[in-house]
Amino acid sequence: MAATRAASGGFSASRMWRCYRYWVTGYRRTWRGSVVSTAVNPVLYLAAMGVGLGSLIRAAPGSAELSYLQFIAPGLVAATAMQVAAIEATYPVLASVKWIRTYHAMLATPLSVADVFVGHLLWVLTRVAMSAAFYLAAVAAFGGIRSVFAVAAVPISLLVGAAFAAPIAAFAVVQEHDNGFSALQRFVIVPMFLFSGTFFAVSQLPSWIRPLAYLTPLWHGVALTRDATTGILEDGGWPMVVVHLSFLIGCAAVGSVVAARNFRHRLVE
Amino acid sequence: MKAQDDATLISARGLVKKYGDFVAVDHIDFEVAAGQAFGFLGPNGAGKSSTMRMIGCVSPPSGGTLRILGLDPVRDGPRIRAQLGVVPQQDTLDLELTVRENLIVYGRYFGLPRSVLRSRADELLDFVQLADRANDKVEPLSGGMKRRLTIARALINEPRLLLLDEPTTGLDPQARHVVWDRLFRLKQQGVTLVLTTHYMDEAEQLCDELVVMDKGRIIARGSPWQLIERYSTRDVVELRFPLGENESVAPRIDGLAERIDVLPDRLLVYTHDGDACLAAVHARGLTPVASLVRRSTLEDVFLRLTGRSLID
Ligand SMILES: Nc1ncnc2c1ncn2[C@@H]1O[C@H](COP(=O)(O)OP(=O)(O)OP(=O)(O)O)[C@@H](O)[C@H]1O
Ligand SMILES: [Mg+2]
Repeated sequence: MAATRAASGGFSASRMWRCYRYWVTGYRRTWRGSVVSTAVNPVLYLAAMGVGLGSLIRAAPGSAELSYLQFIAPGLVAATAMQVAAIEATYPVLASVKWIRTYHAMLATPLSVADVFVGHLLWVLTRVAMSAAFYLAAVAAFGGIRSVFAVAAVPISLLVGAAFAAPIAAFAVVQEHDNGFSALQRFVIVPMFLFSGTFFAVSQLPSWIRPLAYLTPLWHGVALTRDATTGILEDGGWPMVVVHLSFLIGCAAVGSVVAARNFRHRLVE
Repeated sequence: MKAQDDATLISARGLVKKYGDFVAVDHIDFEVAAGQAFGFLGPNGAGKSSTMRMIGCVSPPSGGTLRILGLDPVRDGPRIRAQLGVVPQQDTLDLELTVRENLIVYGRYFGLPRSVLRSRADELLDFVQLADRANDKVEPLSGGMKRRLTIARALINEPRLLLLDEPTTGLDPQARHVVWDRLFRLKQQGVTLVLTTHYMDEAEQLCDELVVMDKGRIIARGSPWQLIERYSTRDVVELRFPLGENESVAPRIDGLAERIDVLPDRLLVYTHDGDACLAAVHARGLTPVASLVRRSTLEDVFLRLTGRSLID
């Protein structure tokens, strides 16, 4: 394994940037296709859930001063970060290993495995930031924001994106088929989307299941985003903010280490 | 070890590649001199691509020593790869991008500025006769066009050393001749070529030196004519007798030739003087339905060395 590690050629920021630029070039050709879902989804969700359903619902005990729209808007922003990461870190990664073999093309040049991995991860995070920023703008237009601290939702989304993208890329790079990705959606992404405090407070779940929700990165991301867009610190105050940040950073860090290892194993034969 | 010779671009000593317990390349030695065209021949699974990937610094050796351009591929991969051009066995073109964009995007990986890449891309597309497709997507191109594009792409960084893993497999004769002509020109410009091929005529035309691999080992080496001289005879006489008679005729030709191969449809008689041999066959009262005297080729050498059957 020592040979495998050395042969991966280290890391260089300037080489990584060349890899990042590849993804930018590709996106420039195809962005029109994704712009519709990026733009239309937030508007649909906010209109249906926030405005429509919101007229009927109280989201959480003690959140009397928040409208339902103001309650779910941060949840939707954070969940979008998760979903964009889950798409961008799966199919494009496997395509670059197996179908189009972009990684193999890159690795025949001076680029190293670490350059290729970090460059692609950075691109995934770019997509996350773009989508989160757009969502936030839509939320603002619907009146879902109560505080100027809402701008912090973009860096928070980046952190949520990293907490998902890194472990998901670790999973994706070792797949042989894309079957695993629909399972990931069905059993991980969608349940988190529904039960991580996005649409209702986790405190409203049965007490035995709550710890499960607290272990999802999305719950921590939603809580942080909600602190930002409402300008109201939740129960627990700043120490809780530190817990959320630490949890997300931990997921991103562990995920990155495993992903870097898996990339090496998959790409250095 | 003796000091690295300046003119030696690649040197391998006891080179090994293992995948798990499976030994794909089994202690091979070879040297490639600057300006040479060096070929790897061998049946499927012989270990040619595994060797090429080690030379290309994308697959670390499992044992032995390998030096490329005087550097260690494990430690100096990026520095070596900056001077290599690689045509992998399996294309890695970006199907979504256009022909020209493929060259420019790839050139960017080497850190080359766009202005340089634009003019190089146009020159290279002319060189491989794809200029008229420059702005088409890659997806619908024919296999031969994609291969030519891959070759053009491998030249974008003006490499000293070009690695070609089966560059012309799947090409029609015209396209193969175009590729051969281009490779020949590159060689004349001083580019060192290392290639694998299943086409013996390709090896004979392009390569100054060849190694024949089988089951991970090198079983023969030399220039094409040296190999023919060593492992075959000058001439081969091909004789066809009526169906089923080939077997029974073979013993009656014994002594007229160095060696006889009995194939289902014909006899191959290896001899130093084909015409005399054929005359002698007739003199023994044998009348083949068809006969042909030809020079030995590398194909005869290859089949002799690696066997005619697939399972051995
Ligand atoms: N990544 C890998 N993992 C496991 N085994 C491998 C791997 N790559 C190659 N092999 C095995 O190593 C052996 C040599 O393969 P290699 O691709 O080097 O042969 P080759 O001479 O290029 O054959 P071909 O003419 O078919 O391209 C084969 O038995 C192959 O199955
Ligand atoms: Mg091969």
